[in-house]
Amino acid sequence: MIRDYFRIMMVNLTTGKTTIVELPGRGDYLGGAGLAAHLFDKYGHVDRDWDDPEQPLIFAIGPLTGYFPLMSKTCCAFRSPYHNQYTESYAGGKSALSLRFADLDALVVTGRAKRLTALCVGSRRVETRDVEYLRGFDAIHTGRVLRKMFPGSGRRSILRIGPAGENLSSYACINVDTFRHFGRMGGGTAMGAKNLKGICILGDRGFGLPEGKEYPKLYKEIFKQLTTTEMMAKYHGLGTAVNINPLNELKSLPWKNLQQTSSPEADGISGETFADDTLLRNAACAGCPVGCIHVGFVREQFQTNNQYLYRQVGYDYEPIFSCGGMLEVTDASDVLRILDVIEKEGLDCMSAGVALAWATEALEKGVVSTEETVLDLKWGDAETYMKAVELISRPPNEFYALIAKGTMRCAERYGGQDFACVLGQEMAGYATGEVFFVSEGLGFRHSHLDSGGYAYDQKHEDKDVKRALDFLVQDGRERIVLNCMVGCLFSRGVYKDDLLAEAMASVGYGELHGSVAEIGARVQKLRWRLRLRMGYRPDKVRIPKRYTEITTWKGPLDTDYMEALRAGYAARILEMGAPVDEPGDKEDD
Amino acid sequence: MKALRAARMERCIGCHSCSLACARLVHKVLSWNKAGIRISSSGGLSTGFEARVCLSCHPAPCAEACPTGSLTQRRDGGVLQKKNLCIRCGECAKACPVDAIFLDHEVNPYVCLNCGQCVPFCPHDCLEMVELPKREAEGGAR
Ligand code: SF4
Ligand code: SF4
Ligand code: SF4
Repeated sequence: MIRDYFRIMMVNLTTGKTTIVELPGRGDYLGGAGLAAHLFDKYGHVDRDWDDPEQPLIFAIGPLTGYFPLMSKTCCAFRSPYHNQYTESYAGGKSALSLRFADLDALVVTGRAKRLTALCVGSRRVETRDVEYLRGFDAIHTGRVLRKMFPGSGRRSILRIGPAGENLSSYACINVDTFRHFGRMGGGTAMGAKNLKGICILGDRGFGLPEGKEYPKLYKEIFKQLTTTEMMAKYHGLGTAVNINPLNELKSLPWKNLQQTSSPEADGISGETFADDTLLRNAACAGCPVGCIHVGFVREQFQTNNQYLYRQVGYDYEPIFSCGGMLEVTDASDVLRILDVIEKEGLDCMSAGVALAWATEALEKGVVSTEETVLDLKWGDAETYMKAVELISRPPNEFYALIAKGTMRCAERYGGQDFACVLGQEMAGYATGEVFFVSEGLGFRHSHLDSGGYAYDQKHEDKDVKRALDFLVQDGRERIVLNCMVGCLFSRGVYKDDLLAEAMASVGYGELHGSVAEIGARVQKLRWRLRLRMGYRPDKVRIPKRYTEITTWKGPLDTDYMEALRAGYAARILEMGAPVDEPGDKEDD
Repeated sequence: MKALRAARMERCIGCHSCSLACARLVHKVLSWNKAGIRISSSGGLSTGFEARVCLSCHPAPCAEACPTGSLTQRRDGGVLQKKNLCIRCGECAKACPVDAIFLDHEVNPYVCLNCGQCVPFCPHDCLEMVELPKREAEGGAR
């Protein structure tokens, strides 16, 4: 164990002051999601909006980060520009190991810089630089400049935003080391509001290891499990893109703004097609031997006489669903070209794709005209979509300014709420049925990763409301434990509560206040309490009409079942987030 | 006598499993720096990865530069390290032609000992242990 308390670096961009805070609570919160919620509870402001300079932007890692494989993610927490409530997003790259080796359990940024700024932190360094000259630079180009500015190749992480974050779109992402993102809920916007263009984290320290043979032995065992199990082969092989074909067969693939749930054209953007035609290579987050990052390439002729350029674009299931199927773009290279623009502008790809899908249908239905959309958006027209992405990021008119704040915001102004595919935020790619729609629509992060609702739909034909709700709460709790460790959720089949407890003990974190399951439940409650205190009303959430119009492998959607789930889940959330004085939630000050 | 070779780095996914293993098993630390092998991207992640690793030189410039005998020449190439003899002058790292020796902030040198413990941890089989050719002595005699 490195220490039994948390070591936090607090950087205030208004004052330019940095402080190191030592905080107890490891045994109560583990780290990651728990630590972030604890920090927001302590330093965040329930009574001020998301863009108040004093709201903290938090990056937190877990107790096993660096110690064990796939403990390779970072939890980024902030008050979301999307719904003005507390939220989290997760990303890997080298961010987690860089924070570990910078000797920080969390980095908390508060305040607002006067001019556009880059921040560099390490175990023996903290520095801000004026980078006003990077204003408007895309995320890829920004990365290149920051790499030169803060040397240390391989063992540092570079986080940055594109124009969308500077322009305060509600779904700007934070690009992490080129191929990973804090994608959802507008982390990039939270950075933009602080005038923070980039963060470089230097992982420049090392630590002693626990004595004895137990730790290296357990490491080896876990490493073996994670590199040999079938489950991991899937992420490594075709990657998550493998999901396209099976979901299409199950009539659960959102297509053409969810007008359909399958298409004979889906094969053009299947994981197999991507692998055969575009896959260039794999990459991994630091500390993860699985290597699920799939990098595709696009080749473009920019001049006659065989003058070509090529670009490398990371892909996954979610980006393919949102910028492929949802827009009826059925050519793998075209999907990558759209993603490339989204990447540069620094937008969340799911939100951008789903927003454009809504805009296309709205134009088709006459809800809006080209006066608003500027471009003649058409299903499958990748060129036009590429231009439209830039307009979201740099809005030329009210329509794009609103759509950049969220599809539903735009639909509220122009109409077309019924077919806005929004479940808290623009949906994830699982048209699997009632449980998933309720899970994402009401869930903590409005993410498919809050719980395995999509998997539940695919496995259960029964309509047992209580059983489904028990599953959502229980599975959500288990995921929270892994989110406190900030392990990759792909490893959830291996890192069960018992193994996590064993791993904790092997590095000296034996003294926990309860089992990891109890800690998960504690963090679950704390997070809901924070959300509810910031105005979240799960009982007021409505699932848009489009979701009631679909057909899955189980047949037409059952609106009664969905409504029962919705009401039931809202009640459970209100119960979990009820204001109770739990010891440990509000310690010191 | 065997030596480590980063033979197939085009396959590298940048997971750092190798350097973490070396730090953990050889140097008994948690680190991705304090290791005989270090992974860097060759200019942003879109250009692939490089390994900073000992080439098993003979004569080894680091051993020649070491004033205390902390690093000594291995028979067919590469070095042996006796940490207790090190005075942390940093001359070895300066002498290495390929920047394979890492100095931490206390000027402790970390260099590959060609033990091969990292090899099984590479999921992409980028690393291998190879038999070094018997060195030709000056004048052609073996
Ligand atoms: S730092 Fe140590 S090993 Fe390196 S040259 Fe000096 S004494 Fe020798
Ligand atoms: S061969 Fe041994 S000393 Fe060299 S890098 Fe691998 S583990 Fe480290
Ligand atoms: S273990 Fe292999 S794939 Fe991973 S960083 Fe080292 S050389 Fe690359």
